[in-house]
Amino acid sequence: MDFTLDSETTALRDAVRGLLSKAYDSSETRREVTTTDPGFGEKTWTRLAELGVLGLPFAEQDGGFGAGPVEVGVVAAEIGRVIAPEPVIEAITAGGIVADLGSAEQRADVIGRLAEGTLILGLALHEIGEPVTATQDGDAWTLTGTKEPVLHGARADLLVVTAQTDAGLGVFLVDPSADVERTGYRTHDGGRAARVTFQGASAQPLGEPGDASQRALDQAIARARIAYGHEAVGAMETALRTTTEYLKTRKQFGVTLNTFQALTFRAADMYVSVELAKSAVEWATLVLADDPDRAVEAAERVRVQVGKASRHVGQEAIQLHGGIGMTAEYSVGHYTSRLTAIDHWLGTGDELLASLAGQVTTYGTLDPLPE
Amino acid sequence: MKLRLSPEDAAFRDEMREFFTTKIPQHIRDTVAARHELSKEQIVESVQVMNAAGLAVPNWPVEWGGKDWTPLQRHLWHEEMQLAAVPPPLAFNASMIGPVIAAFGSQEMKEKFLPATANLDIWWSQGFSEPDAGSDLASLRTSAVRDGDHYVVNGQKTWTTLGQYGDWIFTLVRTDPEAKKQAGISMLLIDMTTPGLTVRPIELIDGGHEVNEVFFEDVRVPAENLVGEENKGWTYAKFLLGNERVGVAPVGSTKRTLAQAKTANAERIAADPVLAARVASLENELLSLELTALRVVAHSADGKPHPASSVLKLKGTELQQAVTELVVDLAGPLSLASGAGDGSEVPDWARVATPQYLNYRKASIYGGSNEVQRQIIAKTILGL
Repeated sequence: MDFTLDSETTALRDAVRGLLSKAYDSSETRREVTTTDPGFGEKTWTRLAELGVLGLPFAEQDGGFGAGPVEVGVVAAEIGRVIAPEPVIEAITAGGIVADLGSAEQRADVIGRLAEGTLILGLALHEIGEPVTATQDGDAWTLTGTKEPVLHGARADLLVVTAQTDAGLGVFLVDPSADVERTGYRTHDGGRAARVTFQGASAQPLGEPGDASQRALDQAIARARIAYGHEAVGAMETALRTTTEYLKTRKQFGVTLNTFQALTFRAADMYVSVELAKSAVEWATLVLADDPDRAVEAAERVRVQVGKASRHVGQEAIQLHGGIGMTAEYSVGHYTSRLTAIDHWLGTGDELLASLAGQVTTYGTLDPLPE
Repeated sequence: MKLRLSPEDAAFRDEMREFFTTKIPQHIRDTVAARHELSKEQIVESVQVMNAAGLAVPNWPVEWGGKDWTPLQRHLWHEEMQLAAVPPPLAFNASMIGPVIAAFGSQEMKEKFLPATANLDIWWSQGFSEPDAGSDLASLRTSAVRDGDHYVVNGQKTWTTLGQYGDWIFTLVRTDPEAKKQAGISMLLIDMTTPGLTVRPIELIDGGHEVNEVFFEDVRVPAENLVGEENKGWTYAKFLLGNERVGVAPVGSTKRTLAQAKTANAERIAADPVLAARVASLENELLSLELTALRVVAHSADGKPHPASSVLKLKGTELQQAVTELVVDLAGPLSLASGAGDGSEVPDWARVATPQYLNYRKASIYGGSNEVQRQIIAKTILGL
């Protein structure tokens, strides 16, 4: 058992930190980027690709760099520290499905371009009403129906789309330039989403529809939940640091706010929440690296712990600032907004707690270490 | 980074599990598992079995019976012990005064006390808190005045846990009333059979007798029983309270209690989603706490404590209390039957539920109250 980063991973972390803290050196620079389409920095995206970030978890033969969940987690935490708007986790998650299900040609094409930074890869999962359906005619497949919200769906060059088929869940690659209607909009956290309607759009299947596709999707969601857990922990650490700095400098009644124990105790409780969430996230990352079959449950546990911590830390960060925390000009409220987005994207803590609750009488004690 | 224990550590864990589940007498483990009070004899027997195997004081220097274990190995030792319902070695001996004597005592003092302390031939009591010195321990007033080869001690200590069994008591006493408060304190070892020393029980809300008041009236203590130097007692006390990083959070015993509650109420929990969610939530928090403990031990190999260690006591006791609360809720009206005798159909776990719940309100008060822990986090970690 070892919770320390090796030197290569530390170097990766430092490089990403250097890049992102320069790109987002203030609340104002992030605001400028997020108020202009596409809502993230295309140059920053390219530089992330140059660092190898976008191909990180993929096999070298597919054009990736053969790293694993630990490296992805380190990058995600750095994204969270400055709440960088680049859709790295979204692209890596979609790429992971291609890596799991795609043919050698599909993998080489999609992952190669993703890793180079020349492809914005989107993932279309959520639906409001009727599911998107896939219809086969000979070797050709077409998709019909609407996905919404699709993160960065309007900007994406290529979409990984889940759809119903006669054989169960299917996953498809769709070039959205033909027979796809896209309406993009801003999300509350400065990101972008879209309503994406497939009007008999031509689609390439990734593997065979059915159980294998469902398993790949479950695994991809587990990996994403863990990566978002790292992003949330990075964001919470910044929110807490910003809050403690504020308590040390803001004066009322002639003294700095850290004179008031009612406030410092609440900051201490925020620290407890962050540390517990961080422990759960680091553990799940190592479970994923050690035994991917156990990662689905570990990721559910991460969502429960991170969701709870995110709400606590996000709410308290604003409250301990007072009015300034409510303003768009100041940073801390944006962290709360981002944490709220992460908390709702792939299942809230309560939803996952319900899933875990159904199992509690099937075992005695939980052992975090593998047998 | 990796999660798996090394083959050596995995073997170590198996060895500990084997020892605790086969060598500690079953009647002792049953008593702990049933959450009943252990007798003095049971506590002594358990320690002596461990000590005979060299497992009672692993945190001590090797020359006095300690083990050259890594922090992770000590963590595994402690967790396996708790999971096996084995009572941990008496903290006053093994975690508190033993390491202090080993670090600061004279050679003579070490030889006189350490082997007997490890084997629980001497039962130590702790004489720190006073009626007017709780969280603000340094305001203590019990005085020790030098008179020839002796100190004459007057004053009162309180909250002395299991003092009714005590042979010796390690005390903080004021030896220089003129110095500012931390500077005038010394640590003195006192034979509890000395004339002028009396122990009076304090009955607690669970009906048990666990803590005591200890009165000192002109108690004459040989000067050789001074630990280290005069007026350095505060340094030794800080060492005593601060050197234990393993086992701060009672994870294993809380997990065991929760697992037992699930077993005793499996059908109800399976049928009640709200109850099941409460259990799942507690388990998730316990898991996160255990992992935090693992992070702390994994990072403290260089001797410096990980900053997150302060979370362990705070959250560990909160979860310990939350599980005792859950058990009372599971017992419902049966939780009132704490005094039920022979012939009652109330299951034993339900009878002990409320006394345990009431008893464990202590956990967030002792060992530095949880408010003190928040103060430490705010000041030391967050710089507030």
